[in-house]
Amino acid sequence: MFEHYLSLFVRAVFVENMALAFFLGMCTFIAISKKISTAIGLGIAVIVVLTITVPVNNLILHYLLNEGALSWTGIPALATLDLRFLGLLSYIGVIAAIVQILEMTLDKYVPALYNALGVFLPLITVNCAIMGASLFMVERDYAFGESLVYGLGAGAGWALAITLLAGIREKLKYSDVPDGLKGLGITFITVGLMSLGFMSFSGVQL
Amino acid sequence: MAEKTKDILFGPIFDNNPIALQILGICSALAVTSNLNTTLTMCIALTAVTAFSNFFVSCIRNQIPGSIRMIVQMTIIASLVIVVDQFLRAYAYSISKQLSVFVGLIITNCIVMGRVEAFAMKNPPIPSFLDGVGNGLGYSVILLGLGFTRELLGSGSLFGYQILERTVDGGWYNTNGLMLLPPSAFFLIGLFIWAIRAWKPEQVEEDVFKMKPHTRTSDAF
Repeated sequence: MFEHYLSLFVRAVFVENMALAFFLGMCTFIAISKKISTAIGLGIAVIVVLTITVPVNNLILHYLLNEGALSWTGIPALATLDLRFLGLLSYIGVIAAIVQILEMTLDKYVPALYNALGVFLPLITVNCAIMGASLFMVERDYAFGESLVYGLGAGAGWALAITLLAGIREKLKYSDVPDGLKGLGITFITVGLMSLGFMSFSGVQL
Repeated sequence: MAEKTKDILFGPIFDNNPIALQILGICSALAVTSNLNTTLTMCIALTAVTAFSNFFVSCIRNQIPGSIRMIVQMTIIASLVIVVDQFLRAYAYSISKQLSVFVGLIITNCIVMGRVEAFAMKNPPIPSFLDGVGNGLGYSVILLGLGFTRELLGSGSLFGYQILERTVDGGWYNTNGLMLLPPSAFFLIGLFIWAIRAWKPEQVEEDVFKMKPHTRTSDAF
């Protein structure tokens, strides 16, 4: 059992890296990777939000949306209801709500962390990595435990990727890049090379 | 007026391209481009969602209270994406399977949200609709360019029809497997941005760090 979770985690971090293999969360990945310190802040925020939202969306799917999921209410009319078409709307709602709640909780109880993450938390609602992880969870039919591990792994993988990219970009600004490639262009080439590196994990047998 | 409409519609294609200049919406831009069928479907889906969400948000822009506008915009966008998703499942099931989660991810595509927030909240419905179509087209130009290159070089075909005879079928073209893998999309988009900026030099970004003239490699020789 433990081995299964471990392999799921490693796969989520390296083989199926959110940013480098599925291009998720690219907008923030490119825009907020100019400094290592901000990149780490955003990375941690993504890990926290993913670890909470993926399992919660898993519960929403299994107890509200799936065909027959509402049978726990005991009302016969609801027992055969299939609400999966509402999935997209509920997942994004849940994500927005959780980010908001997290922001308020952190503000009240852990102000230091709130100040560190403050700017990034609202950005995270529209980060496709968060939504993407929930959708992958639905598509791959993960159970609750698996979704928790998957959320954590996907977040860690994304944080790892953005930190690495920020490290490279901090050095890159001192180099003599052709005019048209400056900034955005060279960043894409760098990410391509990183992605090529991460492709080598795809042969790893777990 | 006609001039302005043209600007709204065609400006985003090259002068103010959402992908190349504003770095919006690249997430899905890359993942769906390994063949042209999925690319084209994604382009049409995104253009439709951007245009209609712009239109509907613009229609009720004076009624939306500022404090909850995000959630209202999100709901409108999410509902439109659900319509597109259900439509694809009903009429193009195999493509919908290939696109997997990326149809759903149109919701979080920054182009849609960005245009709604930046344009539709301030302008009347018809120009907003055109702005949505224009940005959708700007996105499509880059996506189709990527899809064309990746499918042609990666599997020697376009829209699934064989153009270049592959060596495995006894032809002359040795397929480039890298083109079907994720990294090639990054390289191609980097080169694409380079091409656009070489053509329109005013889009070149400023140096973050100014080098002294004599330290440039080109001056050393």
